[in-house]
Amino acid sequence: MPRELTQNRIQKIWIPSKDDKPSMPRTSHGGPHLANPPTVIVMVGLPARGKTYMSRKLTRYLNWIGIPTKVFNVGEYRREAVKHYSSYDFFKSDNEDAVKIRQQCALAALRDVKNYLTEEEGQVAVFDATNTTRERRDIILEFGAENGFKIFFIESVCEDPNVIACNILEVKVSCPDYQDCNKTDAVEDFKKRIECYRVNYQPLDPDQYDRNLSFIKVIDVGRRFLVNRIQDHIQSRIVYYLMNIHVQPRTIYLCRHGESQHNLQGRLGGDSGLSTRGRKFAGALAKFVEEQNLKDLKVWTSQLRRSIQTAEALNAPYEQWKALNEIDAGVCEEMTYEEVRERFPEEFALRDQDKYYYRYPSGESYQDLVQRVEPLIMELERQENVLVICHQAVMRCLLAYFLDKSADEMPYLKCPLHTVLKLTPVAYGCKVESISLNVEAVNTHRDRPEEVKRGPSTLIRRNSVTPLTSPEPNKKPRIEGLDDPIMREVTPAQLTLCSTSHTTLALSTQNLKKCSMECHEPPQLCL
Amino acid sequence: MYHSQMELTQNPLEKIWVPWMSSRLRQRRGSSVPQFTNSPTMIVMVGLPARGKTYISKKLTRYLNWIGVPTKVFNVGQYRRDAVRTYKSYEFFCPDNEEAMKIRKACALAALKDVCCYFTQDHGQVAVFDATNTTRERREVILTFAKENGYKVFFVESLCDDPEIIGENIKQVKLSSPDYVNCDKEEAATDFLKRIDCYKLTYVPLDDDKDRNLSYIKIFNVGSRYLVNQVQDHIQSRIVYYLMNIHVTPRTIYLCRHGESELNLLGRIGGDSGLSSQGMKFAAALGTYIRGQYILDLKIWTSHMRRTIQTAEAIGVPYEQWKALNEIDAGVCEEMTYEEIQDHFPEEFALRDQDKYRYRYPKGESYEDLVQRLEPVIMELERQENVLVICHQAVMRCLLAYFLDKSADELPYLKCPLHTVMKLTPVAYGCEVESIFLNVEAVNTHRDRPMNVDVDRDPEDALLTVPEHN
Repeated sequence: MPRELTQNRIQKIWIPSKDDKPSMPRTSHGGPHLANPPTVIVMVGLPARGKTYMSRKLTRYLNWIGIPTKVFNVGEYRREAVKHYSSYDFFKSDNEDAVKIRQQCALAALRDVKNYLTEEEGQVAVFDATNTTRERRDIILEFGAENGFKIFFIESVCEDPNVIACNILEVKVSCPDYQDCNKTDAVEDFKKRIECYRVNYQPLDPDQYDRNLSFIKVIDVGRRFLVNRIQDHIQSRIVYYLMNIHVQPRTIYLCRHGESQHNLQGRLGGDSGLSTRGRKFAGALAKFVEEQNLKDLKVWTSQLRRSIQTAEALNAPYEQWKALNEIDAGVCEEMTYEEVRERFPEEFALRDQDKYYYRYPSGESYQDLVQRVEPLIMELERQENVLVICHQAVMRCLLAYFLDKSADEMPYLKCPLHTVLKLTPVAYGCKVESISLNVEAVNTHRDRPEEVKRGPSTLIRRNSVTPLTSPEPNKKPRIEGLDDPIMREVTPAQLTLCSTSHTTLALSTQNLKKCSMECHEPPQLCL
Repeated sequence: MYHSQMELTQNPLEKIWVPWMSSRLRQRRGSSVPQFTNSPTMIVMVGLPARGKTYISKKLTRYLNWIGVPTKVFNVGQYRRDAVRTYKSYEFFCPDNEEAMKIRKACALAALKDVCCYFTQDHGQVAVFDATNTTRERREVILTFAKENGYKVFFVESLCDDPEIIGENIKQVKLSSPDYVNCDKEEAATDFLKRIDCYKLTYVPLDDDKDRNLSYIKIFNVGSRYLVNQVQDHIQSRIVYYLMNIHVTPRTIYLCRHGESELNLLGRIGGDSGLSSQGMKFAAALGTYIRGQYILDLKIWTSHMRRTIQTAEAIGVPYEQWKALNEIDAGVCEEMTYEEIQDHFPEEFALRDQDKYRYRYPKGESYEDLVQRLEPVIMELERQENVLVICHQAVMRCLLAYFLDKSADELPYLKCPLHTVMKLTPVAYGCEVESIFLNVEAVNTHRDRPMNVDVDRDPEDALLTVPEHN
């Protein structure tokens, strides 16, 4: 007899009820998971080839779609170990002391990778270092094999001097290594640093030595890609993502439709038209767009009337995307919050308990929204200048992606009516500017209530769509024995016997919720 | 001034908001379908014979059409067979056979001419030019043609030197080709290998340096490696993603619906009811059937709706829930019977019969929306091997249409009865399908298109094809 099902109250997911005896394992950790076993992404390339840029962007994307991912930047371990950077001489291949320190930093980082993937429920670790020699890569491959981690290499190859120079100016000159230098000196020193690496650089060789490895070579900032032996879904998604991102300067504008009739009445959802003030905003938006003087602006709307009406005022072509429609409030559609509280008091309370996971009865949750909106993020990455005219919940999802906000923060991000958020990619992140167009509107934002009892009933699944803020890189990585004048070679095998490092700081920014003990293994949710 | 501009009207069929300006009706600025590309695109296959070019061409075309991009294959070999009625031997393909060379070139040009017609007259968006295109000269001709007409060009080159794979390809699709209808297997295989040798003499693969400005993907050894160069736009990016996810490992896909539900019994659509007693019986029968198939590493997928999960539970094997597999959202018509829909929303009911694929329920979805929602499921199905998908009527129709290359017109009327498993096995260029009824009675939920689809029709005419229910 199949077991009775019960619908979990927050997420409205059907699961077998607790009182039945589980006759056989219902879920496996062997089902098609996006990233099981854990994966180590290994960056490869000379300095200033965009490794850290890709590491961080990829990590932000993977966390947003719910795959716990973290960057381990070996350069930071080195800065911790060697407090003061003097010059490129540190990177000379014949500088024995330095070579030992650098090796130890790499090994310490690997040890933290292992900890992240085995103890902290991480699924993907991005090992951000040059990894330019076969010797170093072989160590990593051994480490992967010993621990049952999949290894995927991302190599960035670029010889365009303009691109390199631009990178150096954008992120190297301002880096802690050069805080006491002037620009010209910094640039000179960095170029010599690159040469130190170039001497021993052995690129991935798809024809012979590395033909059985899984990797992607990104050539000339995405003009060309070589993809070898993709093993699974997550590697396929990573490759697709890398092939869609670009580094052209551009601006993304996010805003909501103008104030609607329903907004005025405090009603959720529906498909009403603009109020008078909403129309005024549409006109103001048209003027704003014109003043921005952009070449080739794409305008996207949802398929709901209020966002299309807003776009109509712009006198420019626009595209309607159903995926940009506001969150479906199911049975609560078109009610005011008061009506919801009256008619569905329990639902109202549950939503405040866990706004990210909460799914309206016959409706959607923020978690569903992220899944729905992901193809749009991919398309936004491909595009250049875009104005997205959408809705409160949808805009919060998009914003969380660009600003690396966790699932916990997302439903409470402030996205007021009649305000445009202007996002400009800069260095490793996104600059955001909030521009109010000076047209009055109601406030539709509900803050997180003070007194909220966090219930235990949220099921967390390894592969569920739960955006996490990318964890902060370890500020103080522990590197064994570096104060010791005699530097010992520490191999990965020996490292397993060392005391474990602690990376508690990362967890505070992540929204990891544990199942309560009464819960049985939940079924796996796909993306 | 902008006040009148912002007046919108909702098109009754698809429920898309469009500007209400009778004089400017033609100049709709808003597009309700995302623009994948702004010019027609030619996908040009490159490679020696038996490298999977036609396989890729047909599969890619099927996928693009399914996601709504009108695509067509132009197979030059087909033009050649029409021009030269009987095929004698590989000698036709010798590079020094001048007469044959003339014919072959004429065929290529005829195909290009048809590509032009397809784009200009038939509203095609993508044309797949399926031929060997193994010389620089031939590719130049195509590039010039495309440039003159404003078409984008994307090359797909398939390289393979594994004799086992080539041998298998020859066996699967070449020996049964019209060229070899009067030969025995051995003779055919030998001739074909000599044919390949003819092409090898003049084969110049796409060159990483000389062709650096072209847009292309090179596929090595059936997907173990790819080289991607200069992807220009969204559609090319999607094509690359698709090609990188498909594989040729033999496997089976099983599609079925949940067991009969309580609402099925009452003739009500949608909702989230549980299984009826017959439905439970089916779930058990499905478990028995699946176990009897002895499938290696079977993955089981369900939707988030109770009835599919209950069905999967009976099999006793791990399963995954996909919200994307949920049944079509009937919006305001959820949980109604067809009689009630006719009663409350006669015009909607008629519009649905007029264009069932594009028709969107008020506050609900259309089949067209479903396809978009299911695309990631299809992509993952392509990556996987043996999978059983337990879903719903409309969803199953969409998935089946993808595998069996059914048009948007046929899709909403595909027969997907309850308690019946469709077993799909990829074979040659397509998919073999076997329909297995598991011998547990269920109601019929299939409603054929009635004769009268007028909005002013009589209720009897509208309800003529409604299946029986409680």
